[in-house]
Amino acid sequence: MSATEDFKSSSCRDYGQHEATLPGQQLAWIRSLRGDALEQFKTHGLPLGGDEAWKYTDLKALNRRTFEVASQAPAIEPQQARTQSLIEAPCARLVFVDGLFARALSSASLPVGVSVASLAETLQTDAAALEGRLGQQVEIAQPGFSALNTALMADGAYICVHRDTPVSEPIELLFLSSGSPDRAAHVRNLFVLESGASAVVVENHAALGDGAYFTDIVSEIFIDEHASLQHYKVQRDGVQAFHFAGTHIRQHRNGHYVAHTVDLGGRLVRNTVSASLAGEGAECTLNGLYVASGRQHVDHHTRIDHLVPHAISREQYKGVLDGRARGIFSGRVVVHPHAQQSDAQQAHDSLLLSDDAEADSRPQLEIYADDVKCSHGSTVGQLDDDALFYLRARGIGLEHGRELLVRAFAAGVVAQMQFEPLRARLDQLVGEKLAAANLSGTR
Amino acid sequence: MSSNTLDLDTLIRRDYAAGFVTDMDADTVPPGLSEDVIRLISAKKNEPQFLLEWRLKAYRHWLSMETPQWAQVHYPPIDYQAISYYSAPKRKGDGPSSLDEVDPKLIETYNKLGIPLQEQEMLAGVAVDAVFDSVSVATTFKDKLAKMGIIFCSFSEAVREHPDLVEQYLGSVVPPGDNFYAALNSAVFTDGSFVYIPRGVRCPMELSTYFRINASNTGQFERTLIIADEASHVSYLEGCTAPMRDENQLHAAVVELVALKDAQIKYSTVQNWYPGDEEGRGGIYNFVTKRGACRGDNAKISWTQVETGSAITWKYPSVLLEGDNSVGEFYSVALTNNRQQADTGTKMIHIGKNTSSTIISKGISAGRGQNAYRGLVKVLKGAENARNYTQCDSLLMGDRCGAHTFPYIEVRNRSAQVEHEATTSKIGDDQLFYCRQRGLSEEDAVSMIVNGFCKQVFNVLPMEFAVEAQKLLDISLEGAVG
Repeated sequence: MSATEDFKSSSCRDYGQHEATLPGQQLAWIRSLRGDALEQFKTHGLPLGGDEAWKYTDLKALNRRTFEVASQAPAIEPQQARTQSLIEAPCARLVFVDGLFARALSSASLPVGVSVASLAETLQTDAAALEGRLGQQVEIAQPGFSALNTALMADGAYICVHRDTPVSEPIELLFLSSGSPDRAAHVRNLFVLESGASAVVVENHAALGDGAYFTDIVSEIFIDEHASLQHYKVQRDGVQAFHFAGTHIRQHRNGHYVAHTVDLGGRLVRNTVSASLAGEGAECTLNGLYVASGRQHVDHHTRIDHLVPHAISREQYKGVLDGRARGIFSGRVVVHPHAQQSDAQQAHDSLLLSDDAEADSRPQLEIYADDVKCSHGSTVGQLDDDALFYLRARGIGLEHGRELLVRAFAAGVVAQMQFEPLRARLDQLVGEKLAAANLSGTR
Repeated sequence: MSSNTLDLDTLIRRDYAAGFVTDMDADTVPPGLSEDVIRLISAKKNEPQFLLEWRLKAYRHWLSMETPQWAQVHYPPIDYQAISYYSAPKRKGDGPSSLDEVDPKLIETYNKLGIPLQEQEMLAGVAVDAVFDSVSVATTFKDKLAKMGIIFCSFSEAVREHPDLVEQYLGSVVPPGDNFYAALNSAVFTDGSFVYIPRGVRCPMELSTYFRINASNTGQFERTLIIADEASHVSYLEGCTAPMRDENQLHAAVVELVALKDAQIKYSTVQNWYPGDEEGRGGIYNFVTKRGACRGDNAKISWTQVETGSAITWKYPSVLLEGDNSVGEFYSVALTNNRQQADTGTKMIHIGKNTSSTIISKGISAGRGQNAYRGLVKVLKGAENARNYTQCDSLLMGDRCGAHTFPYIEVRNRSAQVEHEATTSKIGDDQLFYCRQRGLSEEDAVSMIVNGFCKQVFNVLPMEFAVEAQKLLDISLEGAVG
């Protein structure tokens, strides 16, 4: 290792400095959870080459940088938080600034039977509720950010929907970044849906500035029998931001999980999703849309494990790439031995709008049972000349025609969102992003 | 389903028909690998200096490389010092000048395999360059081909007679340091086949080689080089069987194809090496590097393979589409039974403009077989209007086997159109029911469905192979219903 400080050593130093003040350290099980994770991070570090899971995402530039965590949440005007919110109606909203809970900006108009709170606070007040869940679904013995996050997790959302409670109002988690350069945030979420519960969670990442900051998020999600969760994740980080998110889901019998991920911002973005279908009748749907321009790099890495028979998984990702952007999709579906009658479908389509954009795709199937229905499809292409000609023949200008086609392509993902108010808002955000990507100048 | 599984068990448990050992004196170098062994091989074959240097360079590079671990296959580490790197059948006299002078035991071996040389010469009109272990012993139809300027000979002969061609093209598609096994092959290859088709010539017959691994403990390292000069055309057949043996045998071949402007090469393989017994003991490790380069405009390279043998297959016949309008094709049927493992697929690298590639892969897994498709489609920045279509289908028979698909798609040009589709399924109960209702036995029905599943690939095989391939599949899978 060179004498100059790199990402790993500065992160370990961070741990040394803040160890005593990290939330939950009064508890032995948290201390050992963090300690083990730090050891794993020291052992494995960042994947800097040779790791197949990170084949297309180069972390060498990140590794040369160092970041520091905020000691307290920077003050933000309530108005600034309000404009970034994706939900206009009053709802339960937790706001985090640079990864730390901002009570003053949050509102908690909660229905009965739901706990929504800061994870750090819950570790102080009701840690027993977290034991046996926190840290259980995430694999830390590998290179990457899971171990780092587990060691340094500072705050995040804890949502628990109690038995047989259906919650139709959305819960918004707004993660604001002040945009200060070299700021690190280690966010940890834990969602628990007890038997028969249901909820809608909107995870909203937005920035107030364009510094090169770093965010890593780990979300652990437990969906018990007959429970269901709609999980929206919208990422609009700054143009220089590093964003690494890991979502780890465990679904029990007839548990349903539907995720919609929309990535519009960030310089280097990686979304890792791993879903374990551990109960018969479990259904997992992962939808994703990313629009990248400039030098943006967006990497989606998903893995779905069919551990038992009769589970269903659906994946649909779409990417629009302009400028020098790079979009990556790796999706693996593993059907374990005896997981008969598994039904898995996966699709990834990407649209290249410029000569310098790049799309890499790895749809993978690993199947150890014979009575299954599994398929995947992947396409890469540009706008259909015939469709464009059709529009032009009807008097629609080239630019407008192109915009229509790209928006139609993207709309395929947005249209599947069940939560109506969000759909309109996202349509608008995607449109703005596409307009900013300057569709007309790319031919 | 349980009764079907019973059928499967009985029916896939068949003996390996080609399992026997021919007792012959072999001129074998003691096991081990060092620069001295490479010098010895080179000296035994009277090779020119450039080739020795080339081998040594490859060997030194190989020493710095690590065994690749990424494939979806599992096997104990190979002790490269326990392998003998040279084995040639001893000959009476100075070597045969006609078929009559070939060791009768060798002829007998081929007869047992059902590929009598004379018969093929007479009836099928196929020229055979038979490789018995590492040295080519019989080459037929050479004169007829020579009249047209076609060179079809063993690699050693090509080194002696046409060193300039060998020097120009050897390693130009698969460089000596390309990968672990290619580097090993480059250092120690003993023989193989060499084909040169001159400008504008259409090879009048299908060229064919039967490889056969014989002496115990001998890794076989063939090197095949096929050059199709401008506007020429050749179809090449490769087929393999190996005798039954308890120890695993390593086979690390390299095949290089060069198609110049307007040239076409069709390369077909039926691979039926010993797959090991039901418990996975023995069997061939088939770690092969096959690659073709479409060097000129409008060139075309087509790979067709039927892989039913070997304990482990690790093989990715690839095409570099360098010339404008060049075409690459890959058609594959891979079958794994018992404890066989296959990790196979292709790479299509689009470099020139208006290039197109087609990939059709059919994987069949039975018993405890593990079958993986691994492929790369890469469109480079300057490759305007590249087209690719990929279809990978897997058929599972039995609940202890596995079928995996690992495609890689990398596109750096927006005018590219790349499509990939994959499905995995078993033989439908309703399909079977339909056939049985019409009086077909379960075995016949399965055979018919499997053959239908593979038809897209069998259709592009040359006539001689299509028959053999269907037969192989039938024998391996009759009645194997999951």
